[in-house]
Amino acid sequence: MQATSRAFKENAHRALRDPDLQAALAKMRQGFVERRATVVRRLPEFDALRDQGRAIKDHTLANLDFYLARFEERVRAAGGQVHWAVDAHAARAIVLEICSKTGARTVTKGKSMIGEEIAINEHLARHGITPVETDLGEYILQLRDEPPSHLIAPAIHVTRAQIAESFREAHRDLDPARPLEEPSALMAEARGEMRARFLAADVGITGANFLIAETGSTAIVTNEGNGDLTQTLPRVHIVLASLEKLVPTLEDASTILRLLARSATGQEFSVYTTFSTGPRRPEDPDGPEEFHVVLLDNGRSRMLGTEFHEMLRCIRCGACLNHCPIYQSIGGHAYGWVYTGPMGSVLTPALIGIEEAGHLPNASTFCGRCEAVCPMRIPLPKMMRHWREREFERHLQPARMRLALKGWAFLAQRPALYRIGARIAASMLGLAGRRRGAFRSLPLAGGWTMSRDLPAPEGATFQAQWRARGRA
Amino acid sequence: MSEGRKTVMASVARALGRDGPDAAMRAELDRRLKEPRPNLIPARATLPPVQRIQLFVDMAREASATVAVLPSAKAAPGAIAEYLRRENLPPAIRIAPDPALEDLPWGDWPLLSVSRGRATGSEAVSLTHAFAGIAETGTLMLHSGPYAPTTLNFLPDTNIVLLDAGRIVGAYEEGWALLRRATGGAMPRTVNFITGPSRTADIEQTLQLGAHGPRRLHILLIDAGTTA
Repeated sequence: MQATSRAFKENAHRALRDPDLQAALAKMRQGFVERRATVVRRLPEFDALRDQGRAIKDHTLANLDFYLARFEERVRAAGGQVHWAVDAHAARAIVLEICSKTGARTVTKGKSMIGEEIAINEHLARHGITPVETDLGEYILQLRDEPPSHLIAPAIHVTRAQIAESFREAHRDLDPARPLEEPSALMAEARGEMRARFLAADVGITGANFLIAETGSTAIVTNEGNGDLTQTLPRVHIVLASLEKLVPTLEDASTILRLLARSATGQEFSVYTTFSTGPRRPEDPDGPEEFHVVLLDNGRSRMLGTEFHEMLRCIRCGACLNHCPIYQSIGGHAYGWVYTGPMGSVLTPALIGIEEAGHLPNASTFCGRCEAVCPMRIPLPKMMRHWREREFERHLQPARMRLALKGWAFLAQRPALYRIGARIAASMLGLAGRRRGAFRSLPLAGGWTMSRDLPAPEGATFQAQWRARGRA
Repeated sequence: MSEGRKTVMASVARALGRDGPDAAMRAELDRRLKEPRPNLIPARATLPPVQRIQLFVDMAREASATVAVLPSAKAAPGAIAEYLRRENLPPAIRIAPDPALEDLPWGDWPLLSVSRGRATGSEAVSLTHAFAGIAETGTLMLHSGPYAPTTLNFLPDTNIVLLDAGRIVGAYEEGWALLRRATGGAMPRTVNFITGPSRTADIEQTLQLGAHGPRRLHILLIDAGTTA
């Protein structure tokens, strides 16, 4: 996927003026946030499980060499194959080769963020193989030729009228006068359309929520059941997964599963959690004959041991998006690449470069809600700060911003000067704004005052008051 | 060894600053995998049998499954015939080729047409036999094998699942322990955890049942005890 993260500001402005998107985001604030809070309250051990989840991932990452090798060994022992992909280009080539060898004409796909990251659909289509997204949200986006805007609710920005329009255009063999106003009619139509494609596909591609070193299993978590039909019916099952999906044992996966659905959709458990190990056994009545796991690095091993190491604990639940005031205001597309919200603001610069994605770590109020709800306790604000520091070190910001930051640093490192400056500024602003009590516009801060007033300071500065109270 | 593997592993080794774990560490990691230990088990998953079974029923119903309690598996064919009539479904069922299901008294219900084997896409109703039930979230655990085609769990519109109350455990981890005992540690191709019927909220965040998998999940709980 071609990144448009450089255009973040323009993207965000457009998103703020999009009434359909704003309605969808308002609904998300109620839905996801409240449901999560409810199920978390029902599980008193939730925070203790978060600590354990973090420890499991930290342990796995610290021994990633061992667990990767063991996972590969177990997949092979079960009759499957592991393919190592250094980058997106290599992963695409591997998938295409497996599909070509199979003589595949159509490929069904379960939802996979790695699939988005390596842009596998475009690659297969260019080589004459038809990819079919089977997750309802992803199918809608495929028809509309759009990227997902949310980790687990990919088509959250699309209205039902737009879906109906896309369906009428794509499903030409159906009665043009059919009613498609109700969500149930849209779902039933997608279900009907997808049936034959599930059965006809030669290859099924899924992602993975977990890779289990103990058994060589891959695991997916879905609510629709599309991932299971995708991986059970075709002759070949390909799993796309990145290195950090590894956990040691089935028990470890179970611990993190208790966090995943609750954090993601606010469900106690997702409808389908499926562990797949190798191809069908000789005596099995169904299942795929081949099982391939494509292990993607694409910059992740370079994050190990750096200040972005902890990002590798992410389980892609989307809780940080749902609770982020920035995401809640502009949705996912503004971020300009596959990963959005706070997790995207940290991960995207690591994967496509800070030159490309420099705006993203700045798209934060540092309110800290993302870290507060992250099931894996990833310090997202801290890592966004690290990106800002790198940006500064590499002179990537505009000259005026750098100058302002330098001026700020000069003052912040000289407390006495800062106190005097603050006192003078506060009393001058207080004097100038005494009549109205607030400023509607200020020189050099037009952007800030465009949408709000700055209250005029009253009385002594915070530091002065603090000191006065300390003495009292 | 492929180039890709070499490059990725070298990059991981560089980041970890080691050429694989030392002997002591390797022994510890091996042990961690050979004797998998459960982590924290929520109190909810540690109830005594009667409450545990009740929790399973409550949680399954909360996830929009329907549950009927039968005193014995022999009552299943009659209960199924009645269920299909009530739901206005055709009196035909595809059952897993499992002796425990095949040996049920189907002959007592001559109007019910019974076929055996995997699903092909044309069957409206399937009957499968759960390996276990997980009380903490009302989850069914099934696995593939000669007697258990995975397609029966996903293709038919209605999935009926027979579950013995004695197979209801508290936590997922107990399910894994049961499975390891049953298979001598080998993993079947597919292990399915199923909690309620298929659903989606992909259209304007409106929850709807029956996306691509079964629209209905009906659990026949075989329990001679006192479950509601």
